Order: sequence, then structure tokens, then C-alpha cells
Amino acid sequence: MNTIGKPISRVDGKLKVTGSARYSAEFDMPGLCYAVLVQSTIPAGRIAGMDDSLARKAAGVLAVLTPENAQRLPGAEKRLSLLQDNQVYYNGQPVAVVVAEKLEEAHHAASLIKIRYSVSAPKLDFVAGFPSSHPGNHNGEPGDMSWGDVDGALKDSDIKIDQVYTTPIHHHNPMEPHAAIAQWNGDELTVHESAQDISGHRAKLAKLFGVQESNVRLICLFVGGGFGCKGPLWSHVPLAAMAARQVNRPVKIVLERPQMFGPVGARPRTHQRLTVGATREGKLTAIRHEVHAHTSVIEDYLESSAFPTRVMYGCPNVSTIHRIVDLNLGTPTYTRAPGVATGTYALEVAMDELAYKLNMDPLQLRLLNYTENDPQTKLPFTGKHLRDCYTRAAERFGWSNRTREPRSMRDGSQLIGWGVATETYPANRRPASALVRFKPDGRVLVATGTHEIGNGIYTIMIQTAADALNVSPDLIDAQLGDTALPPAPITAGSMTVASVTPAIQTAAERVRTRLLQMAVADSGSPVHDASVDEVDFKDGLIFRKLSPNRSEKLGDFIARNGGQPIEGIAHVEPDETLKQKFASHSFGAVFAEVSVDPDLGPTRVRRVTAVYDVGKVLNEKTARSQFIGGIVWGIGLALHEDSHMDARTGRIVNENLADYHVPVNADIGEIDVSAIDIADTHLNPLGARGIGEIGITGTAAAVANAIYHATGKRIRDLPITPQKLIA
Amino acid sequence: MNPFEYQQVDEPATAVDAISRWRGSKFLAGGTNLIDLMKNTVEQPPKLIDINHIPLRGIEQTPDGGVKLGALARNSDTANHPLIRKNYPLLSQAILSGASPQLRNMATNGGNLLQRTRCPYFMDPAFSRCNKRTPGSGCSALEGFHENHAILGASDQCIATHPSDMCVALAALEAKVRVRGPKGERIIAIGDFHRLPGTTPQIDTTLMPDELIVSIDLPPSPYGSHSHYLKIRERTSYAFALVSVAAAIDVDSGWIRGARLALGGVAHKPWRVEAAEAALAGQKLSISLFEQAASRALSGARPRRDNTYKVEMAKRAIIRALTIAGGLA
Amino acid sequence: MTSKKSQKSLVELRINGETIEVAFAPHKTLLEVLREDLALTGTKHGCELGECGTCAVLVDGLPVLSCLVLGLEAEGREVTTIEGMATAAGLHPLQDAFADLGAAQCGYCSPAFLLVAKELLEVNPSPNRDEIREALSGNLCRCTGYIKIYEAVELAAARMRGEAVEPATESIYGFEV
Repeated sequence: MNTIGKPISRVDGKLKVTGSARYSAEFDMPGLCYAVLVQSTIPAGRIAGMDDSLARKAAGVLAVLTPENAQRLPGAEKRLSLLQDNQVYYNGQPVAVVVAEKLEEAHHAASLIKIRYSVSAPKLDFVAGFPSSHPGNHNGEPGDMSWGDVDGALKDSDIKIDQVYTTPIHHHNPMEPHAAIAQWNGDELTVHESAQDISGHRAKLAKLFGVQESNVRLICLFVGGGFGCKGPLWSHVPLAAMAARQVNRPVKIVLERPQMFGPVGARPRTHQRLTVGATREGKLTAIRHEVHAHTSVIEDYLESSAFPTRVMYGCPNVSTIHRIVDLNLGTPTYTRAPGVATGTYALEVAMDELAYKLNMDPLQLRLLNYTENDPQTKLPFTGKHLRDCYTRAAERFGWSNRTREPRSMRDGSQLIGWGVATETYPANRRPASALVRFKPDGRVLVATGTHEIGNGIYTIMIQTAADALNVSPDLIDAQLGDTALPPAPITAGSMTVASVTPAIQTAAERVRTRLLQMAVADSGSPVHDASVDEVDFKDGLIFRKLSPNRSEKLGDFIARNGGQPIEGIAHVEPDETLKQKFASHSFGAVFAEVSVDPDLGPTRVRRVTAVYDVGKVLNEKTARSQFIGGIVWGIGLALHEDSHMDARTGRIVNENLADYHVPVNADIGEIDVSAIDIADTHLNPLGARGIGEIGITGTAAAVANAIYHATGKRIRDLPITPQKLIA
Repeated sequence: MNPFEYQQVDEPATAVDAISRWRGSKFLAGGTNLIDLMKNTVEQPPKLIDINHIPLRGIEQTPDGGVKLGALARNSDTANHPLIRKNYPLLSQAILSGASPQLRNMATNGGNLLQRTRCPYFMDPAFSRCNKRTPGSGCSALEGFHENHAILGASDQCIATHPSDMCVALAALEAKVRVRGPKGERIIAIGDFHRLPGTTPQIDTTLMPDELIVSIDLPPSPYGSHSHYLKIRERTSYAFALVSVAAAIDVDSGWIRGARLALGGVAHKPWRVEAAEAALAGQKLSISLFEQAASRALSGARPRRDNTYKVEMAKRAIIRALTIAGGLA
Repeated sequence: MTSKKSQKSLVELRINGETIEVAFAPHKTLLEVLREDLALTGTKHGCELGECGTCAVLVDGLPVLSCLVLGLEAEGREVTTIEGMATAAGLHPLQDAFADLGAAQCGYCSPAFLLVAKELLEVNPSPNRDEIREALSGNLCRCTGYIKIYEAVELAAARMRGEAVEPATESIYGFEV
């Protein structure tokens, strides 16, 4: 079977187009009732008093959980707001939960709670917080890393760029809001949650409630988009479990859209100073990338914007520095291409500025500073074909027809601009487990506790098992999103495919070997007495290789052998020594054409061309989806998305989808994506490096650079809105 | 949403009677700007009177050559009606530039007149200070986030803007709002319908609480296709205006017999600029004339810290809209 | 017709051609009645404020946002949800095309897109891309970047017109390098 790389249609497509795919809020059970969060309206201080008497008397109300009466949790932690004390750390923090028979009753009762606060002076001024900022790390990688002598090299540089680039707070806003249904049965907790990390959430919930992990089960069959915000466990999930315990019934909680702007993560604000030195010929001599990003006062999160600067170009002197500013805001978190989306914006605009200063084509500048090895460690890459990406994308885009001067291209009254940027994203892989089961009905089950978040993993799982087992995909079912299955890592960091498919392959190999061993040992089998090497299994048939018509159907074999399924389970760890031998990153080149109305300001992205080197593409159809979706996020980063904070109260003023502008279809022009498609087998046997995030990287810079080319205006503060362009 | 009584009515008299009897009750038409505000608890009517079954959906030519728009005609039906497309393309354009097709299928003409501001301090009761929501509590926008707020006609009590696109076109077209109250019908000129905030920003319009809008009457229009609605926004569709302009010119071989100009996104009401209209009347079409009109239209602008851009943006938008309306583009 | 209801009362709704009796309070939206009381969870909750299009259903054939319609307002009107889009004969051509072309990615916005597109093709069997964009302009999608959705609507429209068409190569593979 050879399905890998083929444009197989999503196996979950039919469920999704008929409304029968069940998302986490869509499970019914006897006694189900509804919880609604009540949130703080101040950024810092404590609750001085709470009057919930009206709420308690309201129709249908079953319970009101407050800091006064909430269950004390043995494993409570400060990062979550679980009503363990009266402290308020940010505006929008959960401070009470109302549980009622009906959703509309819970909503109404929640509005009846009156809270008095004792307000403290909040920390909300990002820039004023720089002097007291602190270092941090991102997923264990240090925020600060340097090599060479940056100061010395900058002093000696012929040409220097020194600019500050800023990006605003973003909120993920998947179309499906966070949701959970919690149900206790004695000491056993079952939670349906829209989550990107069911195993991680299970462990955290077990710790919070002081029960064994085996007592907690998380289920999530479909995620209606996540983009990072459903990676960490947030307060509403344990709060639902607390409520369920209190009323002794299953409790459903679905966040309202405004509640998506605070207690469930955000992309933090960044302030990035880029100092770049180069020779007159355009060779980079030094880069300093100094990042300030905010976090909350209850948890550190580092937006690692300078990380891409560590791998992008050959440069002998590089300094990457991150400082975290604590603010009274909800904790930020991983957001599609965390660090890399914001960091490639700054770096790749700085490169464009350098190209103009050198009077050099910006693509030429990038090729001149191309690196075959990781510039910091000097290790080779597991695979890097970026040069091909540049060449092919430039040709498809028609880059050679570009005139270099800003404001030199027009279409009628519109200014036209073309911009380029490099894209990158690290290739990650984590331990994962999977099972493959031959069932008595002759079908095959492939299962692992990963997440279908729009990534197409149900389909990729089936393709992987089909190829490993030589079985048609039509005979295979996939199951995921349940902690009762072998565990898989968090679905984030573009690492799901790289982590999960090796486990499926190994499990498939094991179950296949087991089947063949059983078959040759079975006196009733037509392959009895052959050696395992002499028999094979394909498309549901066990047969002798040399006499293929000596065969038996899988289902018949299982029926004769007790009717029990045959199973292979595998836990596969990535090769940890790989990091000592190689650096592993995906790369890409992205070109954008914009038109700008010179008088009125609005920018339109007319077309984007991108070519990616992401290793082997496992399914061209689902891959194309991911690339285009990523590019559209890049357009949102460049032009639209911006969570505005009230500077006095730390409340997001556009906490809705009318005023928080995600791109609409009219914002999107032509998008041409393709991949080099060369397997990177150092990283995993299928040679896939993951594709979920790279599309957003670089795109904002390509658009910003195109706007400069169109208008001669260098806007270094995202998003680039009409008001900034006419200022 | 708060629990409420619900009543369906099927004629204007019953509607007016019902609302007069129940203090604080509201008419429910399209619901697109009432149900959302009820969810935010900004509106908490004890009773909703569902007027959707009153036969006020017609769109008809009037004897004087104008058009009567039923108050309950849907925005989508209005924008796509042949009479409106032909005689009032400005109105059609303005309606279609607002909201989304699904919202326009729901929203009524009468309801569009009564849209409330998008000022975040008004829409989110977590902000305690909003004179429009809670008279006397103060205005959080004055020193807060006010990038999208008013630059004309504001007061130190309120700097909110009116969010409608349709109403900007109606202002330029000198529409009349026909309303029915306990004492019968009266007509309110569109320019008098929406209010400036002054010291009573909680009152958006001159419609009385017990009055029902029955129709919007459009006088005959000499402008036809010499009109243009221009909307500048932060994304290409489904966004409220930063600034919008309704421009209409009555042209006779290169000369302007008369002109109408109204702005959206800049004031507490659709901002008709008669001074600029006067500057255009009797002149020959030219870009420099439009520039003068634009300057005159914004001469009274008083922007605040973060919305100074609107002055320049509005001027440029006026010039562009007049240029297109005048056929000089 | 002056009916008056304050407390929960029994209402007859016509949903996907069936008459259903259900009791709910006046302050419950059609969206909540569908999802929470009738287990018709194909209609999605996205923003509850009329700002994302995710909860669109057809009422008397027209797309509206069920989060801003009271359940009571739907009485006596014909409501179509995604559960009513397929027929005994099989999936609607739009559903087939969305599934085939990957226009449903995470899938959460898909039911609303499908219903809005269905109404579009009933009114205009041969929409051009601008008309498709306009019809779908009130529906937000955070995954697909919209392009595959247009491609799916175009493919379904062509099939419904009886044209023998295959999806364009690039709508499956992207553009050949």
C-alpha cells in the first residue's frame, strides 16, 4: 500500500459536513447542568465582599461557587483561578461559578452577583516595566544565547540597522470556544474537554484534586480549532469539576466569546529591538535581537521571538536576549508559531531595511547570507532545501519583474508593492504511543491519544497504518482523543505527525509480526508450518509469499483462534542523540503582493506565493490546508489582529469578534503554496517535519515589506492599519 | 439575558398600546442589536413586544416620486429592491457595506435607525463609568481607548459614535421618519432623529419610548447614480467604519446644482455637513473644489489623543467620495 | 394574534421538516434551544453576539444567526439546520464537495458555511467567485483561509448544474512545483 503523500480526503470529512462530528460541549448525559463563569472587573486587588443572595434565589440555580465556599483543592496552584482565595491578579479572572439547570438560567443568575473589591495599583504599563523585567526560558531553552563578539562587530560594521519592532496582544479565537463537561463517579472524574493536550490535562487535574491519574479520563474527539490556547489547562476545567462535585451531577461549561479574551491565554505583546551590522557587500557581521514580552503576575511565559534569529542566517556574532515584563493581565501562552511568528516579523523586516540601505535586492541579501549549517552550533541540518524554496517561489511569483524603488509600481491609482521574507519553524518530536488492533470483523483499528484539531490526523493515522500493514485505508478505523488510549504528546509545535506516526509504524509492525507468528503456529491455517519470513499479510489476507492462493482472511483467522482481537502496542522515543548531531528546522520562502490606496490607507494582500521545505508531505490535501491557513494568520498578524487594552483597568476593550478583527474572506487574495517534498528521515522514518505553524512565520514580514515597497512607509508597529498608513 | 415577558402583536396600535403600558419594555424586530445587548446585560427590558408580525414590510413608490420604506422591511430586501437600486443607489451601497448578509436578512430598517454605539465602555458593563449606560457615572472613553470615537459634535459627557452605515445615506437623502405614538403619527426629519450627546448621552434619538417607527420616507432624489458611499475600515468586510462618507451630487454638464454630504463614524449621529454642501452648490466640478468642501466639513473637528487620524482620513474620504460621485474618478 | 408568554411554555417548532414540541423560557435563543434542548448540535455556538456566522441556520429559507433569534420567534417558521441538509438520496453536493476538498478543516464553522452556500446556490446556481465571497462574507473561518471553501462551492455548483467536472488539480495538490 502506498497512501503516504497521496491527497486522500479527510476520513472525518463526512462527519464534519453533516454536523455529526461531536465537539466537546456536544455530549448529553442524564442530569447534565450548566455552569457560567463570573469574572473580575478589576486588574489587581482582592475581593472585599460578594453578594450572591439574588443569584442563589434565581430560578434553576443549583449552586454558586465563590472563594468563600469553594472546595479547597490539595494541589491548587497560583496560575489557575480556582476560588481558593480572594486575590485578583487580572481583569477577567474567574471569581465565581454559577450552576443551574438550564444555560439561560445560569447566565442570568451570574449577572445578579454583586462584588465589592479592594483595588491595588495594577502593573499595566508594558514599557515602564522594562527596568524590572527578568530573564526566562521557553520550553527549557534559555532565553539568552550569544556567540561571537556582537558589540565589537557592530562597531566595525560598514552598514547598521537599529530599529524597534512591536507586535500587539493577540487572542487565538478558534471558532469553537473552550468547553468542558465534567462528571464524577465516586473518585473517578471524566472530562470532555476541547483540548490540545488530554494527557497533560489529565495529569494536572489528578494533581489538583489529589486523585490517581488513572482515576481521571479526558475525552476530546474533535477540537474546533485551538492554535495554542487549548494546550495548557485553564481554570474553567477544574472549576467545572469542582461544580460537578458540589452538585453531584455532570456539569457543562462553555466559555462565552468575551471570556476568550483573558483567562485562556494570548500571544503576548512584544517589543523587539534589532541591531544588525553588515559589510558593504551585504555580509552579515552581527545581529542583536533584544526582546521584551509580557507575562502575567501569576505565571511566566516567554514569547521566544529571538529564537529564529539563532538559525536563520550565517552570522559570526549573534546575541539573542529576552526579558519578561510582569503585568496584571491573563497569562499569555503558545499561539500559532509562538515566538517565531513575531520574531520572524521583526528579523525579516530588519533584513529588508538592510537590503534597502545596501541598495541590494532583498532576496539577493538573503541568498548571500545563506547558511548550510546551524550558525550557532555549526551542526548540519537534518535537511535544508531553502535555496530551492527561494528559487522556486521567486520564479512562481515573478520576482524578477520587481522594480526596486518604493512607490515604483502601480495599478491605476493603487500603489503596488512586492515583499519577500524567509520562513522557519523548528522540527520537534516527542515520545508517543499507539496501538494497532486486528479486529474479529476483519477491520483494523489504529489508536493513539492525540488530537484532531483540523490537522487531519485521523486521516494521517490511517494512511500510516495502511502503508505499514499493506491494508487498504478503507479497512482501517482511527480512534484518538481519549486518555484511555496509549498516550500521545500535546498537539502543538507542529510535532504531532513526527511524534505519532513512528509509534503507529512500530505498533503496526508488532501486530503484523504477532499475527504471522500466530498464523504459522496454527495447524488450521493455510500458512501453517511456514516460517514467518515465508508468509505475508496484505489487504486483509494472510498468505504464503510463494503460493499466494494459500491464503486466509484475517477475520476467519481470528474467528478460528478464539475470536479475540490481536493487538500491537508501541511506545517510541525520539533519538535524543540526534540533537548532538544535527539541527532540525523547516524553512520556506514567502512572497507577497499588496495594493495600498495611497490616500485612504487600506491595504489588500492580492497574492501570496510560498514554497516550503518541510520534509515529506504526507497528505497533499491536508497539507495545503495547513499552509494556506497559516498564511492567512500571517495576514491577520500583519494587518488586522490587535487586542486593545484599557490602560487603566487592563480589560480588553474589543473582546468580541466584531471588533477583534480576524481576517474575513474579502481580505484574502490568491494564495499559491507548494512544498519541496524531500523526506527528512533523520527525524523520523516517514521524513515529515510538521507543517502547522510555518505558514504564519515570515508572512507578516513579507506583507510589511511589500507595504514599504508600495508606499515608502516603514510601519514598525503591527498591525498596519489604514490609520497608521495615512498618519 | 434577563427573563422577560414576551408578547407578539400584529398591528401598530396594539404595539403602541402595549409599550405604553409596560415601563421599560422594548420592541423586538430583527433583534440584531437588542438581543446582543441583552446578553451583555446592557439592556434588561422586563418585556419584549415582538412586532415582526405587524405588516410594515412594504417598499413602495409614493405619489411624489419618493419611496416609502416599511419600518420592518429587512435591510437585505431594502438594499436589493429594484426601486432602491435604481433611484437610491447610495442607500443600497450603504446598507450592503454594513454588517453581513445574515445580519441584513434579520435587521429591519426601523431597527437600523436605533442601533446603539459600539463604544466598548458602553457595551461592557464591567466598565462602571458610562454616561450613556448609567447617567452621571462619567465617561471612560475620554481618557481611555478612543481610537474609534467622535471628532465632531461630542461633549465632555460622551464621545461615542453612531455605528450605522444606512443612516449616513439616509441623512444625505433627507429621509423622514414616520412614527406612531399614543396620540397618532408624526414625522421626524432624519437630521432631527438622532441626537448629539450634550449632557444627556443616554438618549440616542428623539423617538419617544412609547413611539413605534412605521416607515422611513425617502423624498424623490435628483442624484441617481451621481452618488457614492465610501467606507474605510480595518478589514475588507464585516467591520464598522473608521470613517464613512455618503456623497451625492446633482450634476448638470459639469456644474453642481446641489450636493449632499454626510459622514459616518465621526459623531454621535450621522453627520450631515450643510456648510460643505453650500460650498459645492453652483460650482463647477473639480478636485480643488472638493478639497475646499472637505476642509470646510471638518473645520469644527475636535479630535482627542488617539483619534486625530480621523480628521485627515475624513477629508480624504470626502474628496474621494465626491470624485467618484461626480464622475471625475 | 396577541399571544403572551412569560414562563416556560410549550412551543411547536418546524425543524428540518418535522414538527417538534418543546418547552423553553422566553429568554432562550433558537441556538440554545437547538443545541441544548433538541440535541441538534450541528448548529455551532461561536460568539453568541452575531459576529462570527457560526450559528447560521435557514429560517424560511433565509440564512439568519440563531444566536440572535429567540426560540419563540421561530414558532410557525421553517427552520433548516445542517442535520436537515442531506436527503434520503445522500449528501447534498455541497457537503460532498466540502468533504472532498478539505473545505471542512477543524469543521466547526462548516455547518454554517454549508447552509449559507446552499441558499446561495438556490438563488444563483452559477455564482462567480465574487458572488460566493459576498454571500459567505458573514462567516468567519480560522483554519482554511477560505480558499478551499470557494473551491468547494464552485465544484458543487458545477455538479448541481449537471456539468461533468473534476476538482481542479490545485484544489487538491496545491500548485505543481
